[in-house]
Amino acid sequence: MAEAGGTLAAYRALLRAQARAQTAYRTSFVIDLLGNVGATVFDVVTVLVLYGVTRELGGFTLRETLVMVGLTAFAFATADLLVGNIERLPRYVRTGLLDAVLLRPLGALPQLLLMDLPLRKVSRGLFGLAVWVTALAGAGIEWTPSRVVLAVVAPLAGVLFFGSVFVATATVSFFWVESAELANSVTYGGRDFTSYPVTVFAGWFRAAFAYGLGFAFVSYQPALALLGRADPLGLPAWAGWAAPGVALVALAGAGAAWRVGVRHYRSTGS
Amino acid sequence: MSLVIEAQGLRKEFTVRVKAGRLRRERRRVIAVDGIDLRVERGELLGYIGPNGAGKSTTLKMLTGVLTPSAGQVRVCGLRPVPQRTRLALGIGVVFGQRSQLWWDLPLRDSFDLLRHVYRVPAAEHAARLRRCRGLLDLDGFLDIPVRQLSLGQRMRGELTAALLHGPRVLFLDEPTIGLDVVSKQAVRGFLAELGRAGDTTLVLTTHDLADIERLCRRLVVIDHGRVVHDGTIAELHRRYGSRRLVVAELDAALVTPPALPGAPLERVEADGRRLVYALDSAGVAEVVAGLAGLATLRDISILEPDIEDVVARLYRTPIHSD
Repeated sequence: MAEAGGTLAAYRALLRAQARAQTAYRTSFVIDLLGNVGATVFDVVTVLVLYGVTRELGGFTLRETLVMVGLTAFAFATADLLVGNIERLPRYVRTGLLDAVLLRPLGALPQLLLMDLPLRKVSRGLFGLAVWVTALAGAGIEWTPSRVVLAVVAPLAGVLFFGSVFVATATVSFFWVESAELANSVTYGGRDFTSYPVTVFAGWFRAAFAYGLGFAFVSYQPALALLGRADPLGLPAWAGWAAPGVALVALAGAGAAWRVGVRHYRSTGS
Repeated sequence: MSLVIEAQGLRKEFTVRVKAGRLRRERRRVIAVDGIDLRVERGELLGYIGPNGAGKSTTLKMLTGVLTPSAGQVRVCGLRPVPQRTRLALGIGVVFGQRSQLWWDLPLRDSFDLLRHVYRVPAAEHAARLRRCRGLLDLDGFLDIPVRQLSLGQRMRGELTAALLHGPRVLFLDEPTIGLDVVSKQAVRGFLAELGRAGDTTLVLTTHDLADIERLCRRLVVIDHGRVVHDGTIAELHRRYGSRRLVVAELDAALVTPPALPGAPLERVEADGRRLVYALDSAGVAEVVAGLAGLATLRDISILEPDIEDVVARLYRTPIHSD
């Protein structure tokens, strides 16, 4: 008990130090906050522009698609805030930060995340949340207690899922240093994929991203369940509720990958 | 006495990909540590030396749980370093000369405070240890300066403090004096010597600066190509590699034939025969003086300690005979 409390206090202290270092220059921090909303706004605008030229995308209206967009915007931005910097793992290896955290009596992954937490990205998560709430309000959902639960759980599962994807793909750089491009194509590719109905895509690409990697369960399936629509691709209704389970599987996979990666870690000279 | 470090057949190999031709890449196996046995008792001060690439840092990283050994058994403080890494971390301190445990953007004082939380050290203990380090390492002048603005010597003194605030039983030091000026080197060595005298802390030190070893360590482990080539005292190293203490006798007048003394062969004759240099094999200084006193008037006697750098340089050049 005391041990667990001490560990938590240690992580809190790391977070406080990080916050102090980043907010030391207040003006520049505020500018960073504002500047960081840009990317997420752009993702949403892209979808709006598409609907300027078509009434439906893959059989879904703008209001329906916005549920997926909002879910993705919040989940991805929050995961990017909390875990996204793990893609800097090759740099941590080069500068010796990974060695330093491995020498301390705390988990290596939480330390790396806390010591490089990009607080300026908080604004993106907040913007994503706003889009999510707006989309829910405008989609004409018939609210039931279970749908309310899903509206809360699905974004959290999405955060967990994207976070796992960040960790799992970053882990590849333990084995193959120049893997950043591959990692980006899965993480950012996954974000773009989940901003649209799965029906927009086709063939092996859809099969791989939607079901192979599980991205269909991040936003598309929960959106179907919230909107009360049957899946045009034929998955049963319960698939709309699978998000937390899929997220936990992803989490377990990412955790295992990380542990194997650390065992294979080779450090750098001297 | 109890064993603090116990390693048997410790081994680490990497595969590296090397360019072979324009597109082809070859995988090549590199053996960094090739079967090291090491037993270190509590309170020992161990010098761990070897040429660049001999496997010193790799060994240290396996002992501290950073790297997973490819083969072999290893226990530090009774724990297996990789599987029990976080528990082991509470009992060891590590200073890597070219790495930092400090927070770059924060004042030194804040780093120390963070480490108190990270290692869950009771406030009173932490304060007592910090007070002691502040005194011995003279930290007060730069406690409030961000780490990135410290000089290398100041930062190293900060690193030493950071490694000791949780009261570790073993302190691993990888090149702790590298790049330091003479004054800082003295400060670091003096501090470590003081720590060693107390007798509770085991010290394992890698270095290229053999003055560190002579000042601090009684036991010396030399490795080359990932293998232990010497494990013993510095005196044993000298005996084994034929480096001896020299006696230099200054005479009033040159002798026509310098005498042969039993157990002390004549090394060289200098200053037109007025300076005789004898090597001490089995004879002592007194016997040399007695042997000369009857034949000439002695003006001065001095003793030259063997130079460890020469020995080690020779050691590194000696090819290893493996079977």
